[in-house]
Amino acid sequence: MIEVRNVTKAYGGAPVVTGVTLDLPAPGLTAIVGPNGAGKSTLLSIMARLSAADSGSVRIGGMDVATARSDLLARRLAILRQENVMTARLTVADLVGFGRFPHNGGRPTPQDRDRIAASIAFLNLEGLEHRFLDELSGGQRQRAFMAMVLCQDTDYLLLDEPLNGLDMRHAVETMRLVRRAVDDLGKSVVVVLHDINVAAAYADRIVAMKAGRVVFDGTSRDFMSAPVLRGIYDMEIAVHEIDDRRVAVLDR
Amino acid sequence: MADAALRPSARRGTVVLACLAAAAIGCAVLYMTIGVRGSWAFVLPFRAPKLAGMVVVAVAVAFSTVVFQTVTQNRILTPTIMGFDSLYVAIQTALVFGFGSRALATLDADWRFVGEASVMVCFSVVLFRWLLSEHGRGIHLLVLTGVVFGVLFRSLASLLQRVLDPNEFSALQDLLFASFNAIDAGLLGVTATAVGVCCAWLLSIHRTLDVLSLGRDAAIGLGVPHRRLVTRLLFVVAVLVSASTALVGPIAFFGLLVANLAYLAVGHRHRPALLASALIAVFTVVGGQVVLEHALKLDGVLGVVIEFVGGIVFIVLLMRGVHR
Amino acid sequence: MQVAGEPAVRAGRWLLPTGAVAALVVLSLASILVGVGHVDVAALIAGRADPDTLRLLLVSRIPRTAAIILSGTAIAIAAVIMQMLFRNRFIEPTTAGTVEAASLGLVLVAILAPGLPMLARMTAAASVALVATVLFLRLVERIPARSSLIVPLAGLMLGGVIQAVTVFLALRFDLLQSVATWTNGDFSGVLRGRYELLWIGFALAAAAYFIADRFTVVGMGESFATSLGLDHRRIVATGLVIVSLVTSASVVTVGTIPFLGLIVANVGSLLMGDNLRRTLPWIAMSGAAFLLACDLAGRLIRHPYEIPVGTVAGVLGSALFLMLLLRRGARLG
Repeated sequence: MIEVRNVTKAYGGAPVVTGVTLDLPAPGLTAIVGPNGAGKSTLLSIMARLSAADSGSVRIGGMDVATARSDLLARRLAILRQENVMTARLTVADLVGFGRFPHNGGRPTPQDRDRIAASIAFLNLEGLEHRFLDELSGGQRQRAFMAMVLCQDTDYLLLDEPLNGLDMRHAVETMRLVRRAVDDLGKSVVVVLHDINVAAAYADRIVAMKAGRVVFDGTSRDFMSAPVLRGIYDMEIAVHEIDDRRVAVLDR
Repeated sequence: MADAALRPSARRGTVVLACLAAAAIGCAVLYMTIGVRGSWAFVLPFRAPKLAGMVVVAVAVAFSTVVFQTVTQNRILTPTIMGFDSLYVAIQTALVFGFGSRALATLDADWRFVGEASVMVCFSVVLFRWLLSEHGRGIHLLVLTGVVFGVLFRSLASLLQRVLDPNEFSALQDLLFASFNAIDAGLLGVTATAVGVCCAWLLSIHRTLDVLSLGRDAAIGLGVPHRRLVTRLLFVVAVLVSASTALVGPIAFFGLLVANLAYLAVGHRHRPALLASALIAVFTVVGGQVVLEHALKLDGVLGVVIEFVGGIVFIVLLMRGVHR
Repeated sequence: MQVAGEPAVRAGRWLLPTGAVAALVVLSLASILVGVGHVDVAALIAGRADPDTLRLLLVSRIPRTAAIILSGTAIAIAAVIMQMLFRNRFIEPTTAGTVEAASLGLVLVAILAPGLPMLARMTAAASVALVATVLFLRLVERIPARSSLIVPLAGLMLGGVIQAVTVFLALRFDLLQSVATWTNGDFSGVLRGRYELLWIGFALAAAAYFIADRFTVVGMGESFATSLGLDHRRIVATGLVIVSLVTSASVVTVGTIPFLGLIVANVGSLLMGDNLRRTLPWIAMSGAAFLLACDLAGRLIRHPYEIPVGTVAGVLGSALFLMLLLRRGARLG
């Protein structure tokens, strides 16, 4: 269970997240959507204890992220951010292996090796284990980071715009994978997404933010309605029902 | 992170380290024994402290640069660029200003070092806490601030010197290099201890340092207490830089050379990289001194040469676009 | 952009010009009158000044004040040009290796052709400075974010490397004392007949003002410049040549003054924006005023001894630079 209570953050006087209170289901897939600058990434950042909130609190699995010991928290919670730049030249196997760090402090056990292999397989990266990250395509690199985060084997997973820069096929594969992680592995995943159709297709729950506040918190079906969308995006968006799924169609 | 002993690259790393160790030891032996005229009983105690001093400085520079580069996520920066050396000089000048040079001379050299190093450590910790924002990129702001503080301290030191003694000014002082000839043997004990303790600690946390090189966000996500760790690391870097500055003076680019050579030789994992950089540093400094002193008969220019070579490395790195 | 009613912006737009002019006038007068030798102001105004005082003024004080104004102006303009060319707020001749390269040029000339006249030496120094700055510009082009702090950092380190070479040569050829004078700005040696090179620097900087618009456009990026029909490469080349010559004139006559251009250019930008045609004169005057203030302080702190302006500017300049970094740098990362 992820409990966000009245979280507020301002950068240099400008409010970015204001009074956000949420209860996110566990297990389950929640998508956070909204226009640019709504504060989605910042909220995720605060939830992952990468940034500190000015006020309010976030509890994940009963642990207060601001005060809990970081290494203990890392066994329950993992985050994947958009930018993944680093100086070290690593192979895929190295990177995925780092996902086990919160559990083994850097000393790999045989079980760790199995888990690493499993994560690599889950993300279809077999054969690329010994390639360096800078030799991979953008999509492959993204999958490698996803494998690392999965390898961390946490109950809670926070993904910040994981589909950025991925082509359609890889985007769908990633979302299917996330769905599998929730259904088969019982994880609770929170994903920040731009595409509302993708969000509606895969998420159990949608949270929409606008100008730092939560303006919608409910099921995907309820989210996909023209009046709701108009309120959030200030645009006319028609919603059509196709094959028992609601699909948003942008006005030309 | 598969089992290290099985991976071929890890085995190659061990072989490389062994070669480097042999080279370093070889140079040390050579330094102690080459061109001895007269009694050994005189030469050995004369050369031993100088060798010890060179080793301590080499190890301190190597370790502090590798760690600093991990913390700053950048391979072209070195800790002395942050003005630690000018802070050191400024503290010395300020102390003379405050207490008078005679009072200072009576203070034991060891305690003076401890005092100066403590001030430097406090300063670096304060600077870090004050400046480092939540985003890892704030580290560049931190370093640039450090550099400007460096200019500030150098100017302040110069100002104080002229106010103290307007007739006698050594404007030349800031221009000069590290001098390996005038190593203060009295400081060896305390600096060697400080450097030894710091390096031992750094080696003991090498796995955490590896995680740190993934960047701030990934490191926090994997459970590393980033802010606390980086504070401690900068603390240690400050101590290491104090030690090398106290022994020989400011060294800016040499660390670049040894750190990047180490990455080339053994990769980026910290245990091999730290060890390799230290060994390369010892080999370069001691070997260089042997060559300069005995083969080329150019005494006293070691500091200049290593800085120059390090500087070339810096420009090459910049040209190859290794920066962020 | 006219935003009527925004008090801070409107205040800034007259604050800088009036402040700069006022400061310049007051400080110039002070600079002429303050010093070791006494100047009887009353007698001077009444026209009854004795020949010794007149000579003091004409040979020492006025040339010195003129030198300060000339270099302050020229350095400030050179710094602004560099900021446009490099598209980075913290670049100026002392943070890009230009000054150190000029020093290196002077050392090389002193070793290879010691008999050359001042003008030739200055040109030689300028050539080395130009090469170094072009090199640095090429290197920096590979850095993606123009608001990166790595650029001035790299420049400072590059400057350090070049200075290492310079000092090494100086040590070998016994020129260390000279290098020390080029490294630390000092106006105490300025007399009539010994500072005229600065006029060249000033003339170049004034010329730069006439093409200030082009530098502004270049500051927006190559694609902008080309789409507006400007020859990007030629403007960049012109700018670099001006900067190199101004820097060398300064270094050979009075030495290095750290961070001066950076401070006044950033303050100007904060108060008046980046339209160079509008802001350049005031930035130039502020540069002169800043330098006058530092020089005066240097003369007064330990009167009758003098503290070189480079030292005072080093303290004041870096303190102000730090404030700038904390204010603007935090947003750049």
